[in-house]
Amino acid sequence: MTAPAVEVRELVKRYPRAPVNAVDGVSFEVAAGEVFGLLGPNGAGKTTTVGVLTTRARPTSGSAAIGGVDVVRDPVGARRQLAVVPQRSNLDRSISIRDNLIFHAAYHGVPARVREARADELLDQFGLLERARSNPDFFSGGESQRVMIARALMHRPRVLFLDEPTTGLDPAARLFVWDRLRELRDAGVTLVLTTHDMHEAAALADRVGIMDHGRLLALDTPEALMRSLSGQSTLELTTSGPADGDVVAALAALEGVEGVERLQAGGEDGRGGAPPGAGALRVRLYLAGEAAPVVAPAAAVLAERGVALSNVKLGTPTLEDVFIHLTGRTLR
Amino acid sequence: MTAAADPAPLEVVSQRGAFLAVLHRDLYVTWRELPAFLAQVILQPLFLLFVFGKVLGSLGYTQRDYADLLFPGLLALTAVITGMQALAFPLVAEFGWTREIEDRLLAPMPTSYVAAEKVVFATLRAVAATVLMMPIGVLVLGSIPWRWSALPLFAAGVVLGSLVGAGFGLVVGTFVQPQRISLVFSLVFTPLLFTGCSQYPWPSLDRLRWFQVVTAANPMTYVSEALRGALVPSVPHIEPWVCLVVLAVSIAALLAVGVRGFYRRAFD
Repeated sequence: MTAPAVEVRELVKRYPRAPVNAVDGVSFEVAAGEVFGLLGPNGAGKTTTVGVLTTRARPTSGSAAIGGVDVVRDPVGARRQLAVVPQRSNLDRSISIRDNLIFHAAYHGVPARVREARADELLDQFGLLERARSNPDFFSGGESQRVMIARALMHRPRVLFLDEPTTGLDPAARLFVWDRLRELRDAGVTLVLTTHDMHEAAALADRVGIMDHGRLLALDTPEALMRSLSGQSTLELTTSGPADGDVVAALAALEGVEGVERLQAGGEDGRGGAPPGAGALRVRLYLAGEAAPVVAPAAAVLAERGVALSNVKLGTPTLEDVFIHLTGRTLR
Repeated sequence: MTAAADPAPLEVVSQRGAFLAVLHRDLYVTWRELPAFLAQVILQPLFLLFVFGKVLGSLGYTQRDYADLLFPGLLALTAVITGMQALAFPLVAEFGWTREIEDRLLAPMPTSYVAAEKVVFATLRAVAATVLMMPIGVLVLGSIPWRWSALPLFAAGVVLGSLVGAGFGLVVGTFVQPQRISLVFSLVFTPLLFTGCSQYPWPSLDRLRWFQVVTAANPMTYVSEALRGALVPSVPHIEPWVCLVVLAVSIAALLAVGVRGFYRRAFD
């Protein structure tokens, strides 16, 4: 019986003087070799959960273990098995990036003769060999991220934690990081990543846990989560003026519509196109089939009631839709 | 499960290894930045020594004896101030904006080891700086007071003085907000500098009783007095054993408070 790579049971964390729990009774397991994504908006409790798992935050109650080692009872043992890639660079600026890798390995007791060879190998793999002697001060965000992942791998961790691994990176840098993370997964490293980017979660994770307000709302594969939403496609409608519940009921009665969800009007995420007026209605229809045939009947329903349509958006369900479905809010 | 199943002795060895690796990193960086280290360490005492010991003496404002009295005080000043700076400044930056310390906090050793390494390194740096003041003293003053027979007391004074400085550094470095560091440094630094009896012997202050009481509260006073007792015993000074006891108690108190602060910063 091997222990799961990560095990969290009824984890609660309340910061001193905070009115609510930052993490509020979260439980999950991550199997060895799995890529696990924690998806949620800022302040959902993802980073705090990872903070407890990486021995940097003390839980208020509940337990957390890495490879069967309890992080509270044996933090030193847990640290041996894990590595952390933070969102913001924490590279040692007084030494070259190669020395960053080598000293990290030394802290973890990697023998001297192994350190250098491994550092060069990783620097090569991450496309950093030519700049091995440079100081981290001169590195871009994407380059720092690559150095930090390479550094984290120096002591061959069982579990690698990545906090928002590609936030703020340009598209090319982000794809490079994604490719390296897939290689790690193929090499059997367990990855736990936190992200508020649904594309990242869908692209990388075997399973995704959706968090909000310190709670784990759903946990499954991205496909299963998206399937859990009724329908194969979505149709999002925004009206320019006020509309009542009668309109929603009429839309729900249309053929092919499996579900209707009222969204927060205001569209601060920009998905709704032009900002709707006061009292404007924003709804998402979940459809059994294709969205296009439903556009005309839906527009007719609105026109019959004298409600003007300001925006129409056709789509297939995404993890973000799952999140909206679960919380009634957008991710950002 | 291989790592977790390691027998305990191996674990102790590897934790000591992690501690030494972090210390090695600090020494490596110091070595690479040696000119900066020397400038930072030497300049201030050098000028104090030059102006108070040499210039004022040459102009006839002080007697030759004053340089002998001043020199042990400046050694004490160097030990305490260097120890404090070597710990507080990097620590504030590492916890505040560079977050460099995170990689060390995640090393497989108890968090107290990371704090202990900071203290050991700052103490080493302060001892080195203080010893370096000896040839500089010879160079500036022509000769310095020295007694081989007092070497044990001298060494104890330098090491304890460096530890007091490191203790102050740990407290300041963990309790001060990064944006306040320069303010706090002037608020702590200047009084520490001038109430530590480095420029005057403590017993001579009985003519200025209130100031004598103030200076008695500064641990640096006992470093100055211990070193004076070692190098120029003819000058009235506080009994060396009193100095050593007060210093030991001060170090214990500063480290207790500082390590608490360190844990507060290291954990959420």
